[in-house]
Amino acid sequence: MNQILDFLGENMEMIYILILSIFVGVEVIGHVPSVLHTPLMSGANAIHGVVIIGAIIVMQNAEPDNVTAITLGFVSVFLGTLNVVGGFAVTDRMLEMFKKKK
Amino acid sequence: MNPYWLDIIYLFSSVTFILGLKMLSNPEKARKGNLYAAFGMTVAIFGTIFLHETEHEVQPVNYILIFAALALGTVVGLVTAKKVQMTRMPELVSIFNGMGGACAALISIIEVNHMIEQMDNDPIAQLPETAGAMTGTILAILAGLVIGSVSFSGSIIAFLKLKGTLNKPIRLPKYNILNTAIMIIIFAFAAWILLGGQELSMVYIYALFAMALIYGVMFVLPIGGADMPVVISLLNSFTGLAAAFGGFLYDNQVMLTGGILVGSAGTLLTIVMCKAMNRPLSNVIFGAFGESGSAASREVSGNIKEISVSDAAVLMNYSSKVIIVPGYGLAVAQAQHVIHELENIMVDRGVEVKYAIHPVAGRMPGHMNVLLAESNVAYEKLAEMEEVNPEFANTDVVLVVGANDVVNPAAHNDPSSPIFGMPILDVENAKHIIVNKRSMSAGYAGIENELFYNPKTSMLFGDAKSALTKLLEELKAL
Repeated sequence: MNQILDFLGENMEMIYILILSIFVGVEVIGHVPSVLHTPLMSGANAIHGVVIIGAIIVMQNAEPDNVTAITLGFVSVFLGTLNVVGGFAVTDRMLEMFKKKK
Repeated sequence: MNPYWLDIIYLFSSVTFILGLKMLSNPEKARKGNLYAAFGMTVAIFGTIFLHETEHEVQPVNYILIFAALALGTVVGLVTAKKVQMTRMPELVSIFNGMGGACAALISIIEVNHMIEQMDNDPIAQLPETAGAMTGTILAILAGLVIGSVSFSGSIIAFLKLKGTLNKPIRLPKYNILNTAIMIIIFAFAAWILLGGQELSMVYIYALFAMALIYGVMFVLPIGGADMPVVISLLNSFTGLAAAFGGFLYDNQVMLTGGILVGSAGTLLTIVMCKAMNRPLSNVIFGAFGESGSAASREVSGNIKEISVSDAAVLMNYSSKVIIVPGYGLAVAQAQHVIHELENIMVDRGVEVKYAIHPVAGRMPGHMNVLLAESNVAYEKLAEMEEVNPEFANTDVVLVVGANDVVNPAAHNDPSSPIFGMPILDVENAKHIIVNKRSMSAGYAGIENELFYNPKTSMLFGDAKSALTKLLEELKAL
C-alpha cells in the first residue's frame, strides 16, 4: 500500500495530465458525425503510434553488444513507424476523397 | 543545449494531437487536423532522436539502426496506405493498430531486459531511489506489456476475420468462463511479479507475454465478423492505454497525452458504435450475436418475387423519387462507380436520387461514406438514417444493393431476433422495393430477412456490379 501511495505521490503531475486528458479525449470527439467515424478511428490509431517515442528511447539506451535489446528495439521502431506513417497516410487518403467533392 | 527544448517540443506535439482530433470531427477541417497531428508527431520523433538525454553516450550503430528502422517503416507504411483498396480499410486500421500494440509490448520486454542487466552490473547504484518509483516502473512495464500484447494478437485475429480467412466465430465450450479465468490468472501473475518480492527474471516476463497473447486471441475469436469494427475500436483504445503506460515509464508527457487521448476517445467511439447497433458493449464481448440467432428467431415464409432488369429499369425511370440503400455487398462487388453512373442518368431524367446510409453500413461506421466519396458521389446526396427514414413513405422506389441486416424489419417486430431493437432503414414504407442480392443467403448476422417476402419487394438477383451495369444499359436505352 505504501509503495502504491509513494508511486502516486511521486507522479502527481503525470496523474493530473492523465485525468485531464481523459476528459479532453471525450470532449473533443463528443459531437463527431457518423460520416467521420472511420477517418477518426484511423486518425486516432495513428496518434497512439506515439509509442514509437518509447521505442526510440529504448534504442538509444541499448548497449550495442546486447543483441536481444538491439534486435527487439529495431523491430519495435519499425512497427511504431508503420503505425504512425501508415495511419496518417491512410487517414489523409480517406479525407482527401471527402474534400474534393466540396 | 537546454534540456527543456525537448519538453517544449512535447508540449507542442500534445497540442497538435488535441487539435488534430478535434478537427477530425468536422468534415471541413478533418484533413488539416490529420496533417497537424502528423506534423506534431514528426517533430516529437526527431526531437527525441536528437535531444533526448540518455544514460550514456549513444553508439553510432544505434543511430544507424534507428534511422534504418524509421526509413523502412516509412516506406512500407506509405506503400501499404497508398495501395490498399478502400473496401479493405478496416483491415488496414486493424493491422496498424496491432503494430502499435506490438511496439508497446516489445518496449516493455526490452526495458526489463535492460533493468536486469543494469542490476547485474551494479546492483546498488542503479536501483531507483525509492521503492515507490521501482514499483511504479515495473507496474508501468507490466501494464504496457499485457495491454500491448492483447491489442497485438487481438488485432491480428480481427484482421484475419475481416479478411475472411477466419470467417466463423470459433467458440470453445464455456469460452466466457475460460476467458475470464485467463484474465484473472494474468492479473494475479502480474501482481505476484510486482509485489512478490522475488528477483525480476526474464522468464516471468516471457510467460506473461505469452499469456497476454493467448488472451488476445481468445478474446476476439468468439466475436462475430459483424462486430469487428467495435472490437477494433476497443483494441485501438487499448493500444492508446499501452502507449500511455510507456509515458509513465519514461516520464514522457507526449506519450501520456497522446495515449490517453486515444484511449478515452477510442472508448467513447466504441460506445457510440455500440449505440448505433443498439447493443450494449458487454453483449458484443460476451457474444449473444448469431449464437442462437438463426435457430431462435421465427421462421419466415412466403413467396419471393423476381424482377427482370428491364422491368426494374422502367420502374426506376418513371419514378419521381428513388432512394439507394448501399451495403457492403456493393463495395465487395466494386460497384460504387456503376451506382454513381446510375444515379447520374436518373438525375438527368428528372428523378430525385438519394443514398440512405445506415450508421454501420459497410464494415465500419462511416465506411460507406468513404467508399461512395471515392467514386465521386456528392456529399449532399448521402443522407443519414434519422433524416432519411421519414422520407421512405413518399419514395417510389428503394434500390437495396448488397445490404441486408440494416433493412431487416425483424429489428422492429420480432423480439426473438438477435437484431431486435437495432435502428434500421424503414425501406418497407416505400411504394416499391428492389433488392439486389447475389443469392437468398442470410446476411452477416446470419438471419432471415422477411423484407424479401414482402409483396412490395422484388428481387434482382446477381452480382451487384453486373446487375447494375445491365440496369444502367437498360436505362440508357429507354
